[in-house]
Amino acid sequence: MEPAPLNISAYVVLSAILFAMGALGVLIRRNAILVFMSVELMLNAANLALIAFARFYNQMDGQILVFFVMTVAAAEVAVGLALIVVIFRTRRSINIDELSRLKD
Amino acid sequence: MGLETFLFIIVGAVAVAAAAGMLFSKSGIHSALFLVLNLACVAVFYLMLSAPFMAMVQITVYAGAIMVLFLFVIMLLGSERIDLGLTDRRLGFQTPAAFALAVLFIVVVAAAVLTGQIPAPQPVNDVQATTHGGPGEVGAVLYTRYLLPFEMVAVLLLAATIGAVVLARDVIPTKRSQRAQMGRIRELRQMITTIETEAASAPGADGEGAEEEAAAPAPAAPAGE
Amino acid sequence: MEVFDLVPLIVFIPIAGLLLNAWIGRYLSEKGIAWIACGAAGLSFLVAVALGLGLAGGSEGKIVPIVDWIKLPAVGVDIPWAMRVDTLSVTMMLAVAGVGTLIHIYAVGYMHGDARFGRFFIYMNLFLASMLLLVTGNNFLVLFVGWELVGLCSFLLIGFWLHRDAPDPETGIIGGIKNTNAAKKAFIVNRVGDFGFILAILLIWWTFGTLDFGPIQGAAHAAGHEEVAAGEVHEAAPESAPGGEAVAPVTPEGVCQPTGEGVFPMAEAFMAAGCNVKLGSAEVPIGTLIVVVTLLMLVGVTGKSAQIPLFVWLPDAMAGPTPVSALIHAATMVTAGVYLVTRNNVLYEAARGVNILPFGLSPPDIVALVGAITAFMAGTIAVAQWDIKRVLAYSTISQLGFMVAAVGLGGYVAGMFHLVTHAFFKALLFLAAGSVIHGVEHGAHHAHEHGTHEARTFGYREGVLDPQDMRNMGGLRRRMPVTFWVYVIGALALAGIFPFAGFWSKDEILLDAFLRGSEYGDPTGWLVLILLIGAAAFTAFYMGRQVFMIFFGAPRTQAAGHASENPPIMTYPLIVLAALSTLGGLLNVPGLHPFGTWLEQSVPHAHTADFNVLLALVALAIAGVAVALAVVIYYMRPALTSDGLDRLQRPLGPLWTFLHRKWLWDEAYHNAVIRPFNALGGLLAHLDVRYLRDGLDQGLYGGFNRIAAFLGGDFDLGIIDRVVNGVGRVTQQLAGQARHLQTGYVRNYALSVMLGVLAVLLILLLPLLFGQ
Repeated sequence: MEPAPLNISAYVVLSAILFAMGALGVLIRRNAILVFMSVELMLNAANLALIAFARFYNQMDGQILVFFVMTVAAAEVAVGLALIVVIFRTRRSINIDELSRLKD
Repeated sequence: MGLETFLFIIVGAVAVAAAAGMLFSKSGIHSALFLVLNLACVAVFYLMLSAPFMAMVQITVYAGAIMVLFLFVIMLLGSERIDLGLTDRRLGFQTPAAFALAVLFIVVVAAAVLTGQIPAPQPVNDVQATTHGGPGEVGAVLYTRYLLPFEMVAVLLLAATIGAVVLARDVIPTKRSQRAQMGRIRELRQMITTIETEAASAPGADGEGAEEEAAAPAPAAPAGE
Repeated sequence: MEVFDLVPLIVFIPIAGLLLNAWIGRYLSEKGIAWIACGAAGLSFLVAVALGLGLAGGSEGKIVPIVDWIKLPAVGVDIPWAMRVDTLSVTMMLAVAGVGTLIHIYAVGYMHGDARFGRFFIYMNLFLASMLLLVTGNNFLVLFVGWELVGLCSFLLIGFWLHRDAPDPETGIIGGIKNTNAAKKAFIVNRVGDFGFILAILLIWWTFGTLDFGPIQGAAHAAGHEEVAAGEVHEAAPESAPGGEAVAPVTPEGVCQPTGEGVFPMAEAFMAAGCNVKLGSAEVPIGTLIVVVTLLMLVGVTGKSAQIPLFVWLPDAMAGPTPVSALIHAATMVTAGVYLVTRNNVLYEAARGVNILPFGLSPPDIVALVGAITAFMAGTIAVAQWDIKRVLAYSTISQLGFMVAAVGLGGYVAGMFHLVTHAFFKALLFLAAGSVIHGVEHGAHHAHEHGTHEARTFGYREGVLDPQDMRNMGGLRRRMPVTFWVYVIGALALAGIFPFAGFWSKDEILLDAFLRGSEYGDPTGWLVLILLIGAAAFTAFYMGRQVFMIFFGAPRTQAAGHASENPPIMTYPLIVLAALSTLGGLLNVPGLHPFGTWLEQSVPHAHTADFNVLLALVALAIAGVAVALAVVIYYMRPALTSDGLDRLQRPLGPLWTFLHRKWLWDEAYHNAVIRPFNALGGLLAHLDVRYLRDGLDQGLYGGFNRIAAFLGGDFDLGIIDRVVNGVGRVTQQLAGQARHLQTGYVRNYALSVMLGVLAVLLILLLPLLFGQ
């Protein structure tokens, strides 16, 4: 007999783990680029969940949504990295803890 | 244990390990490369979930283009500047709180999913699945039902391109803008002088005003007196 | 392997030629480049000849698939790139490649010494390839690609001398930028027309579900649709595959149902059935739809074939080198519109019976009227031009008007016939005009070397010789005998004098108009006939004026006095074209009508009227009178008055100026389109400065200041202050406590967000976990 195929819960839990790790990265790293990469990891975890749901509900919409997420991520990375470069150029640092002028 | 389960466990472990590597490595370059590994693992999951087109897009766009951009910026800014920052003198409670929240998140989701409270759909049979996420299918849906979002995303990409160019370009001050800036500074100086003079010559200045006057730098004062 | 399978070569050879020149051209001498370019053009002409011989042998032609171009089975889009070999397309191929080759050869001499010699021939080959792509295309989209490429090439070539001084036709300002303006004008005006064509294509796609033209008509008529589908026709429609059930063109509800045969057969079937077409939720009668499609196509035609109202680009296109003018005017580009109408003769004839437009006009009537009015108007304008090429440009517009009028009247054979003969004699005239210009320029150099300087020149700037201005010429007959004789032949052919080519083809067009009026009782026919006869008279007159002004009388400048004949590489193509212009009428000689029979295979609505001696004599007499008038005015006395004016300039007065400035079309466009556009831009800028910036500054800022002064004075100090101070003090104390939360560290904020996420997650999931 064919072994039972993987349940969707496995993928969702994996996705949650990756998401939590990405969030952890955002919370504990001070380097702006690393924070940014952690955000990418979170997006990616969400994508995984979407694809899994698309597969198990047999709907294309999840995949299309992933497609759009990737596109938006690409745009976000372009602008975000440009911002980081500008910040580095003006402040000679990308430590986000030093970017605390907002409170003043 | 079926092949799929086996593959899932192996690749999942690698993915989690890669994510952890990204989080805790000291070098920015290493972090980025760990993230690439993680993205590749997720691409494998996409393949297993019969989304070959998305897997390819993941590899080319995410692991390829986006991560190269990251590496490029890391190298541009100098990788030695990327410090780990785990030991923080200002926000001591941040790190333990973050760990606690992350664990809590995983526990909540896992509990909800694994106790079967979320209705888990049955997977479709394999014949359907094989033609599920090919480029043709994706294209057919993308260019018909999702045509408008597709166009809007195109505009978004254009806006992002322009935004990135505008942000990252080196603003070289022209003669004209410099002159304008100088003019503005001169105006401000004059204004300050006028205010100081007025404050100094005001007959019935109250206590605060007098204090300020006393604190004000000397040059303006003689004119008032 | 049939001979028709050679047809891809006709496009790919010129492309190979241009690629070769683009890659290795820089290492070659002018001679090498010329060999490659002319060789490519010549070879594609040979291919066209081979195809023509194959068709003349009684074969039905063939549709040759090249590639699957756009194929999306998921949404039912299948647009292949196939080439169509039938008599119509082969006629165009022969004319385009043949005349094109001669122009290539001539250009070798004309462009000699130009810094960008290689680039010029790359563009020329591209131009040829695009035009051949256009005429060979078997569906509307391929045709459109060629159509656009031709527009691109004209842009590149008209602005070819982008650095060279050329006068702006309106202001007379000299500056290289004006050439590029002419190129942009051509491109943009064409774009307006192309937009109409694009809409027509979209409507066709919507209605018929395909863009293929359909099986070759002759075959369809001979064998019936079933055998065609089973036979040699490219399989564009799986629905009508052999053995399958033929799809009825109409559903029981009276809705048109595409059968996948191709646009033309389907249009005929739909019209016969009189069904409705579903456009979204609306149902439109097929007749209305075809009227709209044909009218939109007419917009495209007026752009590309330089008809009213979009003709304004063509005269300015003279800024390009003369071989380019010849290529645009004679062989490529402008004939595309006439070809398009002829190719769509099924649609136009179907639209003829639909009376939904005002005055009982049908789309072909409008086509005919546009053509006839254009022919007449351009003929009158040409009378009052100084520039040798500009006269020819307006004569091209006028002759295109003849062709468009002919196809609009249903005289597809006459229109195509005139297209071919016109290609001969207009290429001849342009190249001869180039030869004249070249000769005068040489004369100017010669005179300059000998230290003589001009007593008086005409043109855009005093003291600078404009070699294109006919006032600077005169008496060139003896200096350039070969050019003179070929020019006279071209002029006679254009004027429609017996027995030259133009006589026969023009006569057929007039005859078609006459028959449309007398046999069908269609008033449009009479109107068109009158306009065309008037245009023909003007044609004879202005050609006479031009010949007498250029070649007769005394030389009016030193340059004209020292002009010299050009080398054989320029004169030989002229002689060949002169021979063709003389004998071209034999193509459709009355009584036999070989050309008409030839076209019947691909143009189902082709018919040839019998020669009408009376009408021919009337036309000839009118042309003769016009030439005689030109003799009296421009030959009996010097062509210019003593103060350098045209003989007619003073008698006609403001009318002459009106004609000289082409009926003020440019001024009208300037006032109707460009000025409002600029004014709108100015207005918006003004609004921005005045109301957004100043308004913000003065209105808002000033108003606020005033209100604030009032409120801040009595009201504020007395009442508000105390309340506010109280509130402020409380707030300050609260804020003092709360500001500790505001650390300013982004990560701290992110932590709060995460906390919030968890809270929401718990609220959502807890009922699931512990509910029930």
